[in-house]
Amino acid sequence: MTQAITAVAHDQHEHPPAGIMRWLTTTNHKDLGILYMSFGAIMFFIGGVLIMAVRAELLFPGLQLLSPGMYNQLFTLHALIMVFGAIMPFATGLNNYLIPLMIGAPDMALPRVNNWGFWILPFAALLLLIPFFLQFSGIGSGASGLGWVMHNTSLDLQGGIGVDFAIFAIHLLGLSSISGAINVVVTVLNMRAPGMALMKMPLFVWAWLITAFMLILAMPVFSAAATMLLTDRHFGTHFFDAANGGDPILLQHLIWFFGHPEVYIVLLPVWGLIPHILATFSRKPVYGYRAQVYALWAICFLSFIVWSHHMLTSGLPLAAEVYFMYSTMAISIPTSVLVFCWLGAIWRGAMTFETPMLFALGFVAHFGMGALTGLILPDVAVNAQYHNSYVIVSHFHYTFFGGGIFGMLAALYYWLPKFTGRMFDEKLGRLHFWLTVISFNMTFIPQWFAGLDGMPRHIADYALRFSTMNFISSVGAFLLGLSQLLLVYIVFKCVRSGPKATGQVWEGAQGLEFTLPSPPPYHTFETPPAVK
Amino acid sequence: MEPDNSAIRDGHAVNKWLARHFCINRSDRAANFREWGRIEKRLTLLLVTVFSLFAASLSCAKSIWDFQEPVTPVARDSIAASVDFLRIIMGIYVVVFAVFAYSIFKHRKSSGAQPGTFTKPGTRWQWALAISPFLLLIYIDYIWMGVPAFHAIAQMEDTRAAAEMVVKVTASQWKWQYEYPEENIRFVSTIATTQGQIHNREAKGEHYLQEVDNPLILPTNKKVRILLTSTDVIHSWWVPSFGVKRDAVPGYLREMWVNIEKPGTYRGQCAQLCGDGHAFMPIVVEAVAEPQFKEWLARKKAEGSAAEAAAGKVWSREELMAKGNEIYNGVCIACHQAGGKGVPGAFPALAGSKIVNGPLLDKNGLLIKDGHLDRVMNGKPGTAMQAFKNTLSDVEIAAIVTYERNSFGNRMGDMVQPSQVKALR
Repeated sequence: MTQAITAVAHDQHEHPPAGIMRWLTTTNHKDLGILYMSFGAIMFFIGGVLIMAVRAELLFPGLQLLSPGMYNQLFTLHALIMVFGAIMPFATGLNNYLIPLMIGAPDMALPRVNNWGFWILPFAALLLLIPFFLQFSGIGSGASGLGWVMHNTSLDLQGGIGVDFAIFAIHLLGLSSISGAINVVVTVLNMRAPGMALMKMPLFVWAWLITAFMLILAMPVFSAAATMLLTDRHFGTHFFDAANGGDPILLQHLIWFFGHPEVYIVLLPVWGLIPHILATFSRKPVYGYRAQVYALWAICFLSFIVWSHHMLTSGLPLAAEVYFMYSTMAISIPTSVLVFCWLGAIWRGAMTFETPMLFALGFVAHFGMGALTGLILPDVAVNAQYHNSYVIVSHFHYTFFGGGIFGMLAALYYWLPKFTGRMFDEKLGRLHFWLTVISFNMTFIPQWFAGLDGMPRHIADYALRFSTMNFISSVGAFLLGLSQLLLVYIVFKCVRSGPKATGQVWEGAQGLEFTLPSPPPYHTFETPPAVK
Repeated sequence: MEPDNSAIRDGHAVNKWLARHFCINRSDRAANFREWGRIEKRLTLLLVTVFSLFAASLSCAKSIWDFQEPVTPVARDSIAASVDFLRIIMGIYVVVFAVFAYSIFKHRKSSGAQPGTFTKPGTRWQWALAISPFLLLIYIDYIWMGVPAFHAIAQMEDTRAAAEMVVKVTASQWKWQYEYPEENIRFVSTIATTQGQIHNREAKGEHYLQEVDNPLILPTNKKVRILLTSTDVIHSWWVPSFGVKRDAVPGYLREMWVNIEKPGTYRGQCAQLCGDGHAFMPIVVEAVAEPQFKEWLARKKAEGSAAEAAAGKVWSREELMAKGNEIYNGVCIACHQAGGKGVPGAFPALAGSKIVNGPLLDKNGLLIKDGHLDRVMNGKPGTAMQAFKNTLSDVEIAAIVTYERNSFGNRMGDMVQPSQVKALR
């Protein structure tokens, strides 16, 4: 009897509705994973186009293409879209697709919440972008131009409706992130296959579990700060308005109390997936599993107690400056545990260098630079020279692009054959890697030196002494943008005509997801697998 | 876990030790080198290029790769700390990634490497190797760089002890007001680069975007305490050669100090995104020896008393218009634009404006709320229009209001006398 019912239910669900309805109504974790990842990819290219315009303006000194106001809007949108539209949704897509497969669960624990969480996103993105386009038909003064952390918001001095739209977009993005995070926590804690103890979970699952806790703790602070800003702007409260007894620096504290954990929310999923890839292509088990889990928890904890190192020039008391300097330096210790474990993962392996492995090693090399330059920044006296200069821009792109995006690309290439059931063109993949490495460094190394020489960030036009560095950086940025188009072609070609992939995909691949055929059937692990 | 003993061969004791404890097998290195692939060669090339770029840049001190020339004790300290720290992290990077590179070239399937099965350090030596980087890191963080960093902060924050004079800096969108409270001198400093240069209609000068009409004059070899505040949004005062950057926060006073050791002209700019004119808010400081500074103070004071006297006399329309034109181009043009056109959606136009073309004073000779003179003197709270009575003299306010009412197609025909402004303050 039970078997018969299961069989009927199984039949009904095996065939999702055809066409667009499948994607609109789906609660299937794999479909939603694909949707999240596609959304992230689309936003990645939109954010990229915006910054190409910014770099084009900075190609030469003088104002050529953009007004300063338009310039401010473009880099603000670029940051918001890349962080909240591209990197975070892509990481969420990976968790949606992979966590149930990795822990042997049939789906995420809350499938409808999952669907809802995704479909909020396109509307949030629209809210962000609408005021940008409205200004061309003469409505409003464009999108928010305050930078993504909105440091400067004294009443209506800056930004019109764009700031309000951005605030509502932040609310929606927060809802989406929190619902996604709750889903991860509930799924991981309740739906692991029998035998999969917490300390046997793949590191990617661990990293996402920790990320989810960070999101649940940090996101509401961001939403609250945005709401306070909204009531300041329209309903006469004075949280941040100095003229009426508020404190503009309070907004910075609130935003960075979210903003610093956010850095690790972006990076933790990547730190979780890198060991998988390194282990696979070294044909070795993961090195230092326990050490990595503890290091991830340590970073999660530290990330909540170091936020003011983003505001060291704002005039903090001496004691606070000393505290935030030393606490920030402490982050280097768990981070170097991770780097040490990555080294352990490849040491004495039998390595091959397929595209995902190249991107994973590229991640290690570039993230290493981002992390090490981050070691100098908290030194308060020296920070006075680095803060709000291009040194910072260079540093955080080494962590966000060199760390975040390189890691995500490694993951995409690693699991793409699993998602699509087809292999991608290895030669083109390698070409994509090398083009990305060269143009990425060409873009961001010159910015470091422009910053050392005294170039502030967020400026639409610069003094002549910064010309050479900006020219090189802009040319590098155009190459970087162009070479990402190759990725579109590679994925397209893979889906259309790639050779069939096996279930195992990579010779050394470990993990439950590689015990399934590629692509996995619509429903998997309806009976939990046994985990030894 | 047992170390992989297969690599131990007859040979030098060091080879044996390396093989035993770190799974490094030196005997078949030559064979491996022959098997480098194309990709790997390119990888090497790239890594070497990147490293040498960084190394070269760090070794050329005082080159364009460095901070600008330091001229204060704080700046000298921070450049030294920065260079030290950069050398340390480059050292760490080179060592760590040399090990990575070694592994990448050595432990590859194509050269017949057999994968190990270890998942944590196995021998005492391996544990020592695993722990030592963290001890070193703690030493670097909290002792090697940490102790000097503490002293540097203490020095940087010691703004009051033995301060010999005070300068107050008030930031507004997009200009700086400098004030010498003890001397009763204050003036506004705005960008001197022309719109033509910015919009590429004229050739750009040597100090493009880093030149101002009235530079801040400071004496050398004197500890100057600088107080900072803002009238609208947060700005940040940064001159790289001084090694200090501090936010100017509305409603609060922040402080820092400089002691300039070398006469010269030093340039910087606002470092906190503060709206559309953020890139056009330069700072120029001229450091002069004490006698010249005294001379300048005396001259500036004389100008002040002349202005005081000028406020008493009756000005002709031509005089006011000429003066007004000058002030408009320095103070108002950033927002209200040339020709009083404004920026739609952001800054109102003055040409044809209801306020500018409205009555000047009421029948009792007092300010009309939200009238032209009221707006210029008291500003509009919550907008970039600040209360200019705080920064401009009576003559300047009278001139600018007269100028605006009779330019850009506005033909009010009336004028304001400095004495009226003085009475209305």
